[in-house]
Formats: sequence, C-alpha cells, structure tokens
Amino acid sequence: MDMAIFYILLLFIIIAAIIAVETDNLLSSVICVGAIGFGGSLMFLFLRAPDIAITQIVVEVLGLIILIRATIARDLTFITGDREFFGLVVSIVIIFVIFLAGIRVFETLPDFGTAIFSKVHDAASQTYIQKGLEQTGAANLVASVILDFRAYDTLGEATVLFTSIIGATVIMRQKPKKLLEELD
Amino acid sequence: MPYALCFLLFVIGLYCAVVKKNMVKIVIGILVMEYAVNLFLIMLGYRTGGTAPIIDKTCLEPTTGQITASFINTSVDPLPQALVLTAIVISLGSLALMISICIRTYGKYGTFDITQIRRLKG
Amino acid sequence: MIQEGKIPNGVKGMTVIVKTIASWVKVLIILFGIYIIIFGHLTPGGGFAGGVILASSYVLLMLAFGREFVEENLSLPLASKLDCFGALGFAMIAVLGFVFGGTFFVNFLVERYGQPLELLSAGTIPLSNIAIGLKVGASLFLVTLVLSISCKGKECRYE
Repeated sequence: MDMAIFYILLLFIIIAAIIAVETDNLLSSVICVGAIGFGGSLMFLFLRAPDIAITQIVVEVLGLIILIRATIARDLTFITGDREFFGLVVSIVIIFVIFLAGIRVFETLPDFGTAIFSKVHDAASQTYIQKGLEQTGAANLVASVILDFRAYDTLGEATVLFTSIIGATVIMRQKPKKLLEELD
Repeated sequence: MPYALCFLLFVIGLYCAVVKKNMVKIVIGILVMEYAVNLFLIMLGYRTGGTAPIIDKTCLEPTTGQITASFINTSVDPLPQALVLTAIVISLGSLALMISICIRTYGKYGTFDITQIRRLKG
Repeated sequence: MIQEGKIPNGVKGMTVIVKTIASWVKVLIILFGIYIIIFGHLTPGGGFAGGVILASSYVLLMLAFGREFVEENLSLPLASKLDCFGALGFAMIAVLGFVFGGTFFVNFLVERYGQPLELLSAGTIPLSNIAIGLKVGASLFLVTLVLSISCKGKECRYE
C-alpha cells in the first residue's frame, strides 16, 4: 500500500516536471514548479519525515511568490525556440548516457526500504537514536541532531543564508551614480 | 526502482538547465535539480514500516524511563533529515540571488534571452 | 532612479475584502509561527520552518496592502538589524558554550533545568531555535521586499 502511494506521487511529480520544462508560457511553468514542490511535500510526509514536510511546503510557497512577483510583472512572457541544432543533439546524447550510467550505480545500494545504518554496527545514527534523549534532553531527535550533535553545520548554514541575502540586496540596490563623479 | 525515478527527475532538471534559452527556464531547471537531490537523500534513510524519529511517552519504558527496543528497531534515520532541513532553506536563498541577477539583466538589456546578451560592457 | 509613473488601480494592494481578511489572519499566522519555534524540541518543526512562517505573514501584508504600508511599519534598516541580531545571538550561544563548558558549542545547560519531554528542557536547544527563527524570518522578509520591483524596459519603479 505504501509503495503504490510512492509510485503515484513520483509519477505526478515527473509529469509536472516535464510540463514545466517544455511549455512556452512562463506562468504555466511557474505553476508546475509549485505542483512539484507540493508533491514533494506529500512524499516527505509518507516517508516519515514530518519536519521536512512542514519546511518544504512553506519554503515552496515563498519561492513561488518570489518567482511570480519577479517575472510575471514584466512585458515578455512568451519565449521561443531552443539553441542551434548541433549543440542540442550533442547535449541530449550526453545526458542520455549519464542517465544510463547512473542507473547502474543504484544496484550497489541496498534495496529501497532497508536503511543503510541498520547494516553497519557503529554508524552514527545508532548513537543518535539510542543516546539522543539522555544526552541532550530533546524529544525531537532531528532537532537534537541539528542543534547539538552537529551544530557546526547549522552555523555554516546561517552564514550561507546571510551571505546570499546580502548579495541579493546589493545587486538590487538603486544607488545613483553621482558618488563616483563627486570624487573627482 | 524509486531511486531510478528520482534520478529521472534530476536528469529532467539537468536537461532544462543546459538546453533552454530563456534565463528564467534555466533557474527553474536548477530548482528542479535541488528538489530531486533532497528527495533522494530522504529516500536513503527510509525503513519499511518505520516510525518518525520523535519520542513521546509511548516510546519509553514505563518503569525505567529508557527507550524501548521496538522504537530502536523501527525508527527511520534522523541524520539525512537533518542535512536536508538546512538544504531546503539554502535553496530559497540561492533562488533569491539568481532571480535578482535575472531582474538586473532584464533592466539592462531588455530581454531574458541569453543568446542576445553578448556585449561585455554595457 | 525611481520614476514617477502612472500607477494603475490594482497595483497598490487589493480590494477591501482582501484587506480586511488579511488584517485578521496575520495574527493567527504569527501565533502559529511562534508556536512552531518554541515547541521545536518536542514536536516537528524547529527554528527554520517557524522563521519562514513568520516571514510569510509579513509577505501577506505586503501583497494585500502594497509595499509602502509595510515599509512604514517594518523598514529595511530595522529588518536588517533584526537579522544581524539573530545571527549574533546564535554565535553568542556558541561562544558561551566555550566559556562555560570548555568546548566550542557544547550544550552547557543540559541538566540544569527541567525534565525531558516538557516545555522547559533540553538546555540551549530552545534558545538556539529562537535565534535561528528570528534570523531566517528577517532575512526572507528583507529579500522579498527588495525583489518587488517592476521594470518596463529600462525604467524601474517600486510597486
């Protein structure tokens, strides 16, 4: 029963992705990206990850607002054509070869449904599950992992978010150019 | 088989980012690739018939207060979930940066088409 | 350069129905965001999801009332100061772990107060959640405010 739900949701996501890539109208493309995010959030819920499902759906709504506000208010919403023919054929052939080679790699992983950490005896996740509550006191094991056992990663993420927001603010700045002329 | 479908989603995003001419389509392709990678990481930690990694009163032994063995044997992996949580928020920050570059380029050249942006100084 | 152009009617905010409902709903959204942040160590959620929910309540106000109304209440310099304050709070928790515990970022309050599975427990984890929530919320509100600019050709104006 669970596997049937996974296959239906993955099929929905792939159809929405194909429509988002191939359509000519930018508004339909952005709406299909919203459908991909929503299907992904449902997938996370059925994969037993409720933290990630909440975060994915609110981030996807905010990302849709940014995309629509920034691009649909422009004049140009219809786009035409692809690049020249020879480059197109070479790109498609190379991507197809990458896809076939990548499928071979998945045969070395364990089957879907058996987690990797249950086969390795001294995996880090065994310590997090068995000793998480008594060493940190938090009932949510994911929160104890990101804020106590692996807090450096959260510090790095805060730095990356800070830097990208500063970059976006600096690019969109509306300073007049008179400052350079005043220095002369 | 679910891994193969997730990789197909990644390859669709890669095709869109490499072949298309419109700048916003390239941004959408990068966004689809990020969704596919997050989905693949969570799928690696799944255990059939598992439970979410959150402890409540039913998972503790009533007398000693230790974690029951059934919870240890059926819980899914909390480590990929911690990695993906930060990755989702970072993808929103990088989307904002990419869109701000698109807006500035549109203001300067008047088009989203990358084959018509050829001058190095404008 | 901000040009004074003719602004059509529907651009600066929406109809009266949307404005009334938005002013009631924004309080519920902020309350829900604060709940997700504070209970982050007991139920699913945490600092990141709660911070994005807080930012989206102000984005709702910006869509319903127009950009100028929101900018009078929470201006750009104030939002960026809140952002820096959140990041500084998180770094302070890390340095205090070094001062009191001996290792950088150690959870130095872990058995000082509360029992597990209650609201007041788990040491520095709720404090870190609050700092991260403030930082993420202020950052995403700032970037959505800055990106709401519309250009027709080479003239750009804020809408």
